[in-house]
Amino acid sequence: MTISTPVRGRRRIKVPPPLVFVLVLVPFLIEAVGVFWPAFQGISLSFLRWNGIGPATSVGVQNYTDLFSDPIFLTALKNTAIWIVLFGGISFLAGLGVALLFQSERRGVAIYRTALFLPIVFSLVVTALIWGAFFQPNGVLNNVLDAVGLHDWTRVWLGDSDTALYAVIVAALWREIGYVMVLFIAGLKALDPSVQEAARMDGASAWQRFRFVTLPQLRSVTMVVISVLLIDSLRSFDIVWAMTGGGPYHSTELLSTYMFSTAFSSHALGYASAIAVVIFVLAIAVIISYLVRALSEEKES
Amino acid sequence: MTDTLPSRRETLPVPAPRPAVRRGSRRRRAATAGFHTTGILISVAWFLPILIVLITSFRTFDDVAKNGIASIPRTFTFDTYAQAWQQGDLLPALVNSMIVTIPTVVLTLLLAAAAAFGLSRFKIPFRRTILLIMLAGNLLPVQMLLIPVTRITQQIDVYDTLGALIAVQIAFGLGFYTFVLYGFMRSIPHELQEAATLDGAGVGRIFIQVILPLTRPALAALGALSFTWIFNDLLWSITLLQSSEKLPITAAVLSLQGQYVSSWSVIAAATVVAAIPSTIVFLVFQRSFIGGLALGSVK
Repeated sequence: MTISTPVRGRRRIKVPPPLVFVLVLVPFLIEAVGVFWPAFQGISLSFLRWNGIGPATSVGVQNYTDLFSDPIFLTALKNTAIWIVLFGGISFLAGLGVALLFQSERRGVAIYRTALFLPIVFSLVVTALIWGAFFQPNGVLNNVLDAVGLHDWTRVWLGDSDTALYAVIVAALWREIGYVMVLFIAGLKALDPSVQEAARMDGASAWQRFRFVTLPQLRSVTMVVISVLLIDSLRSFDIVWAMTGGGPYHSTELLSTYMFSTAFSSHALGYASAIAVVIFVLAIAVIISYLVRALSEEKES
Repeated sequence: MTDTLPSRRETLPVPAPRPAVRRGSRRRRAATAGFHTTGILISVAWFLPILIVLITSFRTFDDVAKNGIASIPRTFTFDTYAQAWQQGDLLPALVNSMIVTIPTVVLTLLLAAAAAFGLSRFKIPFRRTILLIMLAGNLLPVQMLLIPVTRITQQIDVYDTLGALIAVQIAFGLGFYTFVLYGFMRSIPHELQEAATLDGAGVGRIFIQVILPLTRPALAALGALSFTWIFNDLLWSITLLQSSEKLPITAAVLSLQGQYVSSWSVIAAATVVAAIPSTIVFLVFQRSFIGGLALGSVK
């Protein structure tokens, strides 16, 4: 290690000291043992029939073929799709909308933003309880409907198969929109304002500036938001579990809640693992695109 | 607009080159009014559920039962809190939450910082692959891990312990934190490290005395964020814990709800208690927290 050697040449030859490998390998091994090893086990469990106590029998792909004739699984799959479209779609649009509205620093904007993202700090259980008070039979919504003379509209929102899923989605949206707004505001602030100004000079309307200037510039943030929302949708569990437990009559069952009750109430571990693998397969496209983006960004800089 | 002018001058530096637009045109004033109306409506809609729960938590059971949750409160009591505190065992639950959250946050950040340091500051073979594999682990759906991790904890006899919960949360969180800290540490100039190396500092000293202090903003942001994540988690605790005296606050409050289905004021009081710690962290670290949310996704 001589001082006179050009820096670049020296670094190429130099082997990092052993301590560096320890610093990297210890966390890597912790993750390997705590995440990757169980994940592989999860896949292999999905080919077994096992209640966790007795002997396990290998059943090949039967768990998977059974899934598609299981009405509860199909309901959970459909509800997960509804969840992605409504929870993901509305979070995206509303989050982008409020970000555009509250992006510039002006009077009052700090309060409006705080109102929107304060719910992020609450747990989904707290969110569920807050909205439980809202949707209960004697809750805020029915009280208000009664007060304005719409008694016929009142119902047991969380106990009615027709409304329960949407009631839970409303609660989940309340917590997610502020998060999406924060992501978009960060993206909007990173944009070069002179491009906007140039478009304005050229006589572009507000909509044109948004559609042809802002939106294309926001592309990479948009991709991140979409990935985050898809992964969040597929992972969603706490809020449904705390508000309805998947009921009534499985009408709010998502793949995640069905997997949980299959595993820990019915003790069908192989079958539950197969559901978990389905969730993984649905998530994999998102994961890969996220990683590809992370890699390309990493190479760029 | 005259009345707002003085304070406005203090807060907003007036952009010099566009005086024509600022000369209070009617359209502009209407737009401002529209903006604030929208803002206030949204804020009220977002604050209202919180406010209702807060108010309900101080009302007696009879008041809520007779007049409904949405009515004007006619009573004021702290009994709801006393009841929730005792029946729900909220104090031990809060302690459990802290026992899990604090070591998890500290150890995850430390381990992730170590990995990020090695990967970002040295030419380790396959470092990019290692980084992406670690990130991929964090993106896996948790559901994949629930059954196998439960089994492993049972086999090594740590099922139903807070230690198991801590270990799992650390392993699962590492990938994301490493990725974010890697991005941050890479932007630290190499000259600093080289100067320290020439001064004879070893890898350990460079990490602790040079790189870690410079990474403080990112560590604060991630720390505030992960505190709320770990503190608020429900799924892992109801998967790995069985004894009710070990449950953290999220799970404890949820089971209290099961016992007091109709007593909304007690549940509301427990909800408020469960929300307080993460709200404090948010208020204290507000800036870092919001920066943290955007970290790792926007560069």
